[in-house]
Amino acid sequence: MAYMSEGAEGLRSFPALLHRNATRYGASPAYREKELGIWQNWTWAETEEEIEALALGLLEMGVAPGDFIAVIGRNRPYLYWALVAAQMVGAIPVPLYQDAVAEEMEYVMGHCGARIAIVADQEQVDKVIEIQDRLPDFERMIYLDPKGLRKYDHAKLHDYRAVQEQGRKARDTHGAELERRRGALGYDDTCIMLYTSGTTGKPKGVVLSNRNIIETAKSSSEFDRLGVGDEVLAYMPMAWVGDFIFSIGQAYWTGFCVNCPESPETMMTDLREIAPSYYFAPPRVFETQLTSIMIRMEDASRLKQRMFHHFLAHARKVGPKILDGHPVGLWDRLKYRLGEMLVYGPLKNALGFSRVRVGYTAGEAIGPEIFDFYRALGINLKQLYGQTEASVFITQQPDGEVRSDTVGVPCTGVEIRIAENGEVFFRSPGVFVEYYKNPASTADTKDPEGWVATGDAGFIEEETGHLRIIDRAKDVANMADGALFAPKYVENKLKFYPNILEAVVFGAGRDRCCAFINIDLTAVGNWAERNNIAYASYQELAGHTRVLDMIQSHVEEVNASVAQDEMLSGCQVHRFLVLHKELDADDGELTRTRKVRRKIIGEKFDDLVTALYDGSESVYTETEVTYEDGRKGRIKATLEIRDARVVPVEKKKMAAE
Amino acid sequence: MKDTEGYVTADGRQIGGTLMEMRNITLKFGGVTAIEDISFDIHEGEIRAIIGPNGAGKSSMLNIISGFYTPSEGEVWYKGEKRPPMKPYQVARLGIARTFQNIALFEGMTVLDNVMTGRLTHMTAGIAAQALWWGRARDEEIANREVVEKVIDFLEIQNIRKTPVGRLPYGLKKRVELARALAAEPSLLLLDEPMAGMNVEEKEDMSRFILDVNDEFGTTIALIEHDMGVVMDISDRVVVMDYGKKIGDGTPDAVRSNQDVIDAYLGVAH
Repeated sequence: MAYMSEGAEGLRSFPALLHRNATRYGASPAYREKELGIWQNWTWAETEEEIEALALGLLEMGVAPGDFIAVIGRNRPYLYWALVAAQMVGAIPVPLYQDAVAEEMEYVMGHCGARIAIVADQEQVDKVIEIQDRLPDFERMIYLDPKGLRKYDHAKLHDYRAVQEQGRKARDTHGAELERRRGALGYDDTCIMLYTSGTTGKPKGVVLSNRNIIETAKSSSEFDRLGVGDEVLAYMPMAWVGDFIFSIGQAYWTGFCVNCPESPETMMTDLREIAPSYYFAPPRVFETQLTSIMIRMEDASRLKQRMFHHFLAHARKVGPKILDGHPVGLWDRLKYRLGEMLVYGPLKNALGFSRVRVGYTAGEAIGPEIFDFYRALGINLKQLYGQTEASVFITQQPDGEVRSDTVGVPCTGVEIRIAENGEVFFRSPGVFVEYYKNPASTADTKDPEGWVATGDAGFIEEETGHLRIIDRAKDVANMADGALFAPKYVENKLKFYPNILEAVVFGAGRDRCCAFINIDLTAVGNWAERNNIAYASYQELAGHTRVLDMIQSHVEEVNASVAQDEMLSGCQVHRFLVLHKELDADDGELTRTRKVRRKIIGEKFDDLVTALYDGSESVYTETEVTYEDGRKGRIKATLEIRDARVVPVEKKKMAAE
Repeated sequence: MKDTEGYVTADGRQIGGTLMEMRNITLKFGGVTAIEDISFDIHEGEIRAIIGPNGAGKSSMLNIISGFYTPSEGEVWYKGEKRPPMKPYQVARLGIARTFQNIALFEGMTVLDNVMTGRLTHMTAGIAAQALWWGRARDEEIANREVVEKVIDFLEIQNIRKTPVGRLPYGLKKRVELARALAAEPSLLLLDEPMAGMNVEEKEDMSRFILDVNDEFGTTIALIEHDMGVVMDISDRVVVMDYGKKIGDGTPDAVRSNQDVIDAYLGVAH
């Protein structure tokens, strides 16, 4: 039982950290949530009381150590408390993606055998009721928002606050038992189980121990000097490991405050009101924000437009240098200061970035243009590379060494190794315990010495020690003529255009590359409005000749840029089509974290891929779609296929080698 | 007034006694008889629909309930008392709120301000106190704002709280109208074609909200609607009108099989 005496500063679990925070930072805010138009506030001391009440309520319900408790809903303090309350009684919390359809939830809840689900609202209650008969271990549900649930059968359905109330009343009965269970939590006990979204196959339950999360939270908080005064906005899915690390891991370690938006739609307003000091967003969010700024600038007055463009050009020139502490001339500094007053400051304020000290982007490659835009404004945006199996952190960029094409240096305590085939391996204190009930996959991913395969191909730059990721290792392949094929590399270049939301490039084992393109409805819709192009639906806009012309010019620009790269010049896109529907996680085409499922898309749109390669000029197709409520429908379309100009690649370089 | 017992709906809800009763209502505009000798009642807690083809007199009936028209003949009984002829604002003070077929919001004001106007009947402070935002006026506004925020939360319009109504799409404007009516905390809510001009998705949302309002606050709802599918799905009882006369009254199933109703909708020679 060595792990019982271990722990960071003697703290071995989140309930223990909670108690420390309630004692040490009792009066500082732990959670805030905007409700009824006002930011409601809970201090650490209040938070502990709320969580204990819920934990006692769970004991009253007969939750046993080792039980699994599913938590489903958007980011709300109550649901974060549910995670820690579950830990407090020795149970294992399993957060689920709130937008998952019922079948996906059935798989996860069936796989872990969850006895209890703590859910946000009627929508989630309905989904669980739909599947509960097929879940033998499932017993009861606790809901947060009673709206619409009055008429439901309440035999197995409990109000969250009523459970807390029962818990408070039962303190005398269960208080000692709660103390006992809380004290028994060890450093190597399971902290949380998170299901990976899985670009292939069924989701896998990643078991992370208290040691994994606490060690990782400790070293990463120290890396960026996070402290009790920091503020974050919690808006990423609770089922995603990053949210758990930021909103629970680091928050409990350092004692900073977690702010929850009023609703998903008010996220941008809430971000502006809170102005977090520590911020995380996937590239997509930064892209969307930049697109909306550019669209809105086009509506601004001439004077404002000129000021914006003038100072932005200056910011792009010197902003990143100032941020990195490189020498910059006095005149340039003064002009940047003026720009800060006139343009950058107000812009950052409108975006909610006035106080950002550390910002991270991860999950996908970010376009250099987008990345530099934010850095130029003086926002310390950095990249990190991680995955669930590592408790997030594998590499991150230290201040002053930030670049858009690398993902940084190994985090504290992380070792990195590149295998023969280019795959990246890591070993760290954050390495997951196992995949739940799946020893075969665990053995495939993690070797006995603790090295974990990331599944990504990359290399370490000799001169800087930074890691660069090329693509998913299994996606890197050869084309028919032996040239290297890395689809992600080309797709990212395409996606950097605001008009292109998603791209899927095919070419493994073929003589040339072809692509599916998804247009970005906001950007293209706005463009259509400006150019007096009428359209009635997404499908019509996507198939419009002028839209195709525009996308074609983007593809050709990308081809020219790809041709520059000696290794990957074979990946130029010869033919493409614009898809008639947006790729969607509900249809299984994307993962819940919005990563492209290449194989599934290839199979599903087999007719379109064939048409791309057989030279036909258009193709008729029918596709099944799933609506948000789970119903299915079909859409039909005739898609035009375009040829894109490619840059001839000189063969003499090959000969010279 | 008849002291009627409540009844239990098909899905097991207990409906209370009579809240409002229309007795032998006739409404004439000059020589035109818009409504002819119609009687029906509205029970506490139920969703009561008034349907009928164009020009049947549905809106006129709603306007009588809301005090906009005074019936030429007949009596309106409300909460067990005969209601004398009243101005619409007096009716509003009795706890009857309504929405309009053609949206009647203040386009230049924000959603929040529009919904706040729904609280007017609950404000008593004088104009000077309100202008200075002092004393009772301030306490009143805070209390009223809380009610309004609960409605905003309930109808999920937090993200447009500060948006001027003029910038909103049609479906959302309809929802703001409902919000304003709800802010009055009415005991009887009148909805004049709440789903007119909406697409299927907006209709589904609106139906959901109407049912939720009834379920959550126990508000009695009387609505006029063209979309038969919607009406039959959400109403407890339906009155059918045609050419100013009542041709059917009962549960949706009873009304659906009523031959007069079928004729009125499918069309026969008159």
